[in-house]
Amino acid sequence: MAVGVRPGRTRNPGLRSRRRREWLSTLAFLSPWLLGTGLFFVYPLVTTAWLSFTKYDGFVSPTWDGLDNWTFVFHDYPFFWPAMRNTLWFVVVLVSLRIVAGLVLGLMVVHVKHGNSVLRTVFYAPFLAPPVAGTLAFVFLLNPGTGPVNTILGHLGVSAPNWFNDPSWSKPALTLLALWGVGDLMVIFMAALLDVPQELYEAASLDGAGAISRFRHITLPHLRPILVFAVVTGVIATMQYYTEPIVAGQVASGQIAGSGNQFEPGYPNGSTLTLPQLVYNLGFQRFDIGAACVIAMVLFVLSMAFAAFLMRRGHGFLAGED
Amino acid sequence: MTRPPRPPSAARRRLAGSALTAALALALTACFGSSQGGAKDNPNADVTITFWHGWSAPSEVKAIQSTIDAFEAKYPNIHVKAVGNITDDKINQALRAGGPSAPDVVSSFTTDNVGEFCTSHAFVDLTPFLDRSGIDPKTTFPGPQLAYTQYNGDQCALPLLSDAYGLYYNKDMFQAAGITSPPKTMSELDADAVKLTKISGDSYSQLGFVPDYHFYESTITHFAAQWSPTYFSSDGTSNVANDSAISSAMQWQKSLVDKLGGYSRLDKFRTSAGEEFSNNNAFMTGQVAMMIDGEWRAGMIDDSTSKVNYGVAPFPVPDDMADQYGKGYITGTIVGIASTSQKQNAAWEFVKFLTTDTDAVVNFANAIHNVPSTTAALASPNVSQDPNFQEFIKIASNPNSNTTPASPNGGDYQLVLQNLGYDYQSGKQTDLQSGLDGAAKQIDTDIAQAQ
Repeated sequence: MAVGVRPGRTRNPGLRSRRRREWLSTLAFLSPWLLGTGLFFVYPLVTTAWLSFTKYDGFVSPTWDGLDNWTFVFHDYPFFWPAMRNTLWFVVVLVSLRIVAGLVLGLMVVHVKHGNSVLRTVFYAPFLAPPVAGTLAFVFLLNPGTGPVNTILGHLGVSAPNWFNDPSWSKPALTLLALWGVGDLMVIFMAALLDVPQELYEAASLDGAGAISRFRHITLPHLRPILVFAVVTGVIATMQYYTEPIVAGQVASGQIAGSGNQFEPGYPNGSTLTLPQLVYNLGFQRFDIGAACVIAMVLFVLSMAFAAFLMRRGHGFLAGED
Repeated sequence: MTRPPRPPSAARRRLAGSALTAALALALTACFGSSQGGAKDNPNADVTITFWHGWSAPSEVKAIQSTIDAFEAKYPNIHVKAVGNITDDKINQALRAGGPSAPDVVSSFTTDNVGEFCTSHAFVDLTPFLDRSGIDPKTTFPGPQLAYTQYNGDQCALPLLSDAYGLYYNKDMFQAAGITSPPKTMSELDADAVKLTKISGDSYSQLGFVPDYHFYESTITHFAAQWSPTYFSSDGTSNVANDSAISSAMQWQKSLVDKLGGYSRLDKFRTSAGEEFSNNNAFMTGQVAMMIDGEWRAGMIDDSTSKVNYGVAPFPVPDDMADQYGKGYITGTIVGIASTSQKQNAAWEFVKFLTTDTDAVVNFANAIHNVPSTTAALASPNVSQDPNFQEFIKIASNPNSNTTPASPNGGDYQLVLQNLGYDYQSGKQTDLQSGLDGAAKQIDTDIAQAQ
């Protein structure tokens, strides 16, 4: 190839200057986003990834440690896999039930003719309760010895479970707590349901479609972007599930940590242990920031994978064409 | 004037890259800070130091303020800004962050973090300060207090009052059951616990003793102190699988669980018992006849509405160690100087006063119902002569009393043992030696990760 003018490039200095100005103005417009994303997303992410390969206690500068933290977390840390299983349980069960409950409540308040404003308030109000207060209330209500729920069940002759004190019932008890605060999803679904064109339902009815058919072929397709949104945000929030399980576990155990008395992680029997609890414990209480960053990276990758999969399968947040 | 020639583009990029790397390195170094403090300040200068502590009850805050007032009267050039109600998590963050708002002197209610504070150098080694002040820690502080304030020879903390564990018993229940004196051996404890227990349905109307590891202070480390365990070998590796003290303690606890009706029944009672630090404490409400607890409980009972007629005694010892009756588990509050402090010499004067001035230690101990933490203060005639309190003074002074030693990853080894205890008491783990072997391996792995 002859040396000279490269194909596709212009030697026109005026054009180059204009393009340069355009590029700079584009950059200027993008700079707030670039700055924010770089400062609050890329920098922490890169630092977390780097720290996961270091020995770092927060006091002296980190030193390169290769894959030791990753080996420790995946192979030698006894709490990692139970916490992973619990977290995935919550992602599957809790998120699914919250969406179903939010949708059912949304349908109910949309279709109820009288008193729907009262119902909306009643169902939405628990969502406003601080997580610690709500959890404390549930631990009290479900106390196996003195709680009113078991007292009532006892009077009815029902053998009541130990709820937060039983490894088999602690996660369902936390799920009940999450369902109690499902008002956020109810409001979102309610808004989406009110947005579905009524003439579609009328046309379908004239064509002989029943309630189930109308729901399946009209309501659900219109709700799809909202469902994807609910699932994606639900999965991400559940990956960060921390306050409710740690408060429930510590309060139900009745333990006061002190010398010679350690909090049992994920009481009872590790059943409420979630990955964010491990991040906090390792990073801020055990001074092992490297291992904590490994778990933080695992959470990030899982969240991204879930979100990417759901966005692809659910066609993103846009309404379907069908 | 001529401008210097511009470097070629490749070199310019390399230069920019180097500058960026240097800037990042500087930024990261700035973020991570330095753990190196300096003891170059003049202790005679007029200075204000910040003291973080965890006391929050009005009577406790008043007591620590009285101690501070006494210090400021003695050292008028050093002013102490006290910040109360500080938790360990806050302490950890502040020690890492440093800066002008960070504390100079820090106290913590748990001894479990001392190993972490020492190995991370979050607290300065106080040995040079002790040497300079002519204080011999071995003659000043009892053995357990020294053990839990240092790690591998790094005396990074000092004891600021202690806690001693003993047996609380309900005198009325003892009398009703025809028991004339508190048990001295584990066999006697077992017999009394069974005698004092009244089963009702699938729970109890009265329990002699609650050995369930989840119940209040009934932890494996508190019990095991009566067997005088050695948690670590001289090379720093876990000794829990080799020391029969641990297995004996666990076997005793499990056998008592079975004698009292089994784990399920006990745990059902435990989950319905009132909160430990409330007036609904099961001992204070008369549901439980005996329990292991620290000296603070006596003060709490006396200050509460509880009418329980209680007595205090050392916790029983194993039958084959009857000659060591009188010992118990020892722990306490610790105090150290932050390595980020720029006023370490002034801070030392305060720490020295808090921890070694006999009058200060005795007055503070009397005010908050804690056990004094120096040998001289324990022997002081000014210590509260209340008979119940004196039992704890004797336990704290007993040469066989012991503690859980500091570890580089805090109380992690206790947690591993504790989890094994949960599995063993519930029957999930039946082969105790195999469980202890696994626990020892896990403890060693965790410590290797921490170092």
